[in-house]
Amino acid sequence: MTESVQQAVPLLRVRDLSVTFPARSGKTPVLAVNRVSFDIGRAQTLALVGESGSGKTTTGRAILQLQASSGGSVQLLGYELGQLSRDGLRTMRRHMQFVLQNPYSSLHPRMTVAQTLAEPLRVHRCVPVESVTARVAELMTLVGLDPAMVSRYPHEFSGGQRQRIVIARALAVSPDFVVCDEPVSALDVSTQAQIVALLKSLQTRLGLSYLFIAHDLALVRQVAHRIAVMFAGQIVEMGGSDQVYGNPSHPYTRALLDAVPVPNPVLQRQKLSESAADVQFHGLVPKAGPCAFGEDHAQSGTACWHEVGAGHGVSCRFWPAPAQ
Amino acid sequence: MTERQRLGGGNAMMSIGLLMLASLVAITLFGTLIAPYNPSETSADSLAGPTAAHWLGTDSIGRDLLSRLIVGGRTTLLITFVAVTLAVCCGLVLGLFCGYVGGLADQVVMRILDVVFAFPVFLLAIAVVAALGPSVPNLILTIAIVYTPRLARVVRGPVLSVKRWDHVEAARSVGVSEFNIATRHVLPLIVSPVLVETSLTLAQTIFTITALSFLGLGPPPPDPNWGAMLSEARQFMELAPLTVIGPAAAIVFATLTFIVLANGLRERLDVASR
Amino acid sequence: MMGAPVALLQVRGLTAQFNRGDAASQVVKGISFDIGAGESVGFVGESGCGKSVTARALMRLAPEGSSLAWGGTVLFKGQDLLQVNERVMQDIRGRRIAMVFQDPMSSLNPVLTVGAQIEDVVRRHTGASASRARKRAVELLDLVGIRDAARRADDYPHQFSGGMRQRVLIAIAVSCQPDLLIADEPTTALDVTVQAQILRLLMRLRRELGMALMLITHDFGVIAGMVDRVHVMLDGRIVETGSVDALFANPQQAYTQALLAAVPRLDVAGKLA
Repeated sequence: MTESVQQAVPLLRVRDLSVTFPARSGKTPVLAVNRVSFDIGRAQTLALVGESGSGKTTTGRAILQLQASSGGSVQLLGYELGQLSRDGLRTMRRHMQFVLQNPYSSLHPRMTVAQTLAEPLRVHRCVPVESVTARVAELMTLVGLDPAMVSRYPHEFSGGQRQRIVIARALAVSPDFVVCDEPVSALDVSTQAQIVALLKSLQTRLGLSYLFIAHDLALVRQVAHRIAVMFAGQIVEMGGSDQVYGNPSHPYTRALLDAVPVPNPVLQRQKLSESAADVQFHGLVPKAGPCAFGEDHAQSGTACWHEVGAGHGVSCRFWPAPAQ
Repeated sequence: MTERQRLGGGNAMMSIGLLMLASLVAITLFGTLIAPYNPSETSADSLAGPTAAHWLGTDSIGRDLLSRLIVGGRTTLLITFVAVTLAVCCGLVLGLFCGYVGGLADQVVMRILDVVFAFPVFLLAIAVVAALGPSVPNLILTIAIVYTPRLARVVRGPVLSVKRWDHVEAARSVGVSEFNIATRHVLPLIVSPVLVETSLTLAQTIFTITALSFLGLGPPPPDPNWGAMLSEARQFMELAPLTVIGPAAAIVFATLTFIVLANGLRERLDVASR
Repeated sequence: MMGAPVALLQVRGLTAQFNRGDAASQVVKGISFDIGAGESVGFVGESGCGKSVTARALMRLAPEGSSLAWGGTVLFKGQDLLQVNERVMQDIRGRRIAMVFQDPMSSLNPVLTVGAQIEDVVRRHTGASASRARKRAVELLDLVGIRDAARRADDYPHQFSGGMRQRVLIAIAVSCQPDLLIADEPTTALDVTVQAQILRLLMRLRRELGMALMLITHDFGVIAGMVDRVHVMLDGRIVETGSVDALFANPQQAYTQALLAAVPRLDVAGKLA
């Protein structure tokens, strides 16, 4: 595909994606992801941030079709993923890969690194059989590991190295799009920095797009072009990285940013000594009448989304009542 | 601490079990060659005690006891190994299928297996053999039918758990087919409990076959087998105790082999999984 | 107060060695530090540096399935904790030195109500009657900021959120007004908004109860606002010590400098293509 054709259609297009977990004994069905929409362009990183229960991981898995969705559409390279046949989906998997959180469990403990890296190559038949070994060595070098170590087992590597192997496996089939679900949360801070640097350099070299799912706002600032803040299954704010960090418009985003501990003793002490009001975001139901922006959505039928800047929007849901 | 250090930690039970197993396997494979006499060869020397000619003595019609034990063991063990292998294979396939696929198929198959499982092993064995007739192939079939549900259960449990592990989801996201995930990413990781259960099943099978033979439902004569030998020898217990002790000791030895092996395996695999 | 303050806790040459099966690995290789009464000290380092094991060694708590062998001296109010017998140690644990762990769900008994678990500790250490212990339990739940404490005391751990469970653990820890509270990664498993609340709670309790605090974490942001002094650990040893302001402004050791440089900053955007 030519450059100009690629720019016209976003690489990934998610519209009104919803995921409902069925009712379990005595409980109501849970709407884990509630009409989430966003686009990701080529060689761009969209960060999906939120706390536990926000639905960010479920969104990532639903996009990859590892989790059944209950509504909405996911288009990758123009193909509607939800409507593909089983074989069609498996072929599309070549273009979208997954880097999971836990480097200690996402590799098969009884397969050597060589076997793990060769598996995607074999499944998608992207290289002739004779070239598999060479490609595996190439992948190891790409992620900064010594190719001579391919015959070892995962438990012989450190956490950071294992995560590099996971990344190498994701890159084996030269995907366009990679979902990274908390890729560095389980690693030490110095290893985190190395892996993040690796992901960024791979993006530049290979033109990869990332959906970077994380809860660490400081970390996300280092990697994301755009950021979407999720709460209770919905996106409450979305915009360019500088926009959202510089001008957080939703109270929840502000609360999140406020809560991040900064490695600066004076600032951090000050932060902790201010007794913050315990703002409750959970259980806020949309009430009748005009929203925080003065619009009555029930009446006008418009979406609860307001632009606060070019490409920077915020939801008027989950807006606590102003203090009297 | 390397894997080797952890595993090599002196497991006496396992070593003993393996030695015992080796001797059983030798009997199974080379039985007819090792036996000093033809087990069916009669002689005038009936119910004799141990002599230089007959190390364990002879039975009621002068056949060499040692030879009969060895060849009889061969039959028993052959049936045991083949039948249990069959049960394990069926159990693996069914357990893997049910555990991995889940849903209605799982429920239906497991309920059918449950019906078989509900019958006491021995009762079921008698029923099947009585229906099909006592012959070596039928005995193998009986054992396989009776033990498949147990093994399927033992396989299904770990499969339910392993299929949720991260590396399985990672493989799926790469595009590996469900069949390959089940056989390559799940199956190799559930081998440990299956090995232990297989060993225990072998022990139980020896007992079941011997008991069936004792009741006359075992392999038909002239093939010697331990159960039948025991049954015959009851009447001669006082005259020639070895005719009873011989088969009894052999049965105990064989059963014990697999129990010791099972314990040794369990200990060793427990360590390895930590 | 006249004269030089005697340190509440004086640790000299502490070593700790894990014995698991037949393999031994020395995790703490000779560290020395003091904690004064009411002082707040932080231990920071990456995984495997031995900071958690140090805390366990002080309390003489060996992790599941392995044994811990230790050496050196740990003087707590004049008594060497590594020499006293287990009974004395049991009296000290919970009463004089209390510990809060990382994962609140696995530290609480799922089949007992929260109130019952607090009461158990109170009764064990103060011999209070059932009704007095119950009163105290409700008081403590209130102290740690759980609303509707009297009713919540009859709830089970699974009915609380992660942050609330951690508050319960803290309530248990401060129930007997210990001299020293050891918090091992108390906020790591919690959401960031809840983290801030728990840290504020710990600060408030420290002030109100005059406890010393030993805070163990890998997170520099958490350490920055909570402690007076910091010890940086690497590979079982303390590689740098200093007041928190000095250490952050001017780290002396290359390792500390590298660690601080690797921490992602919220206020500085990364360079993107």
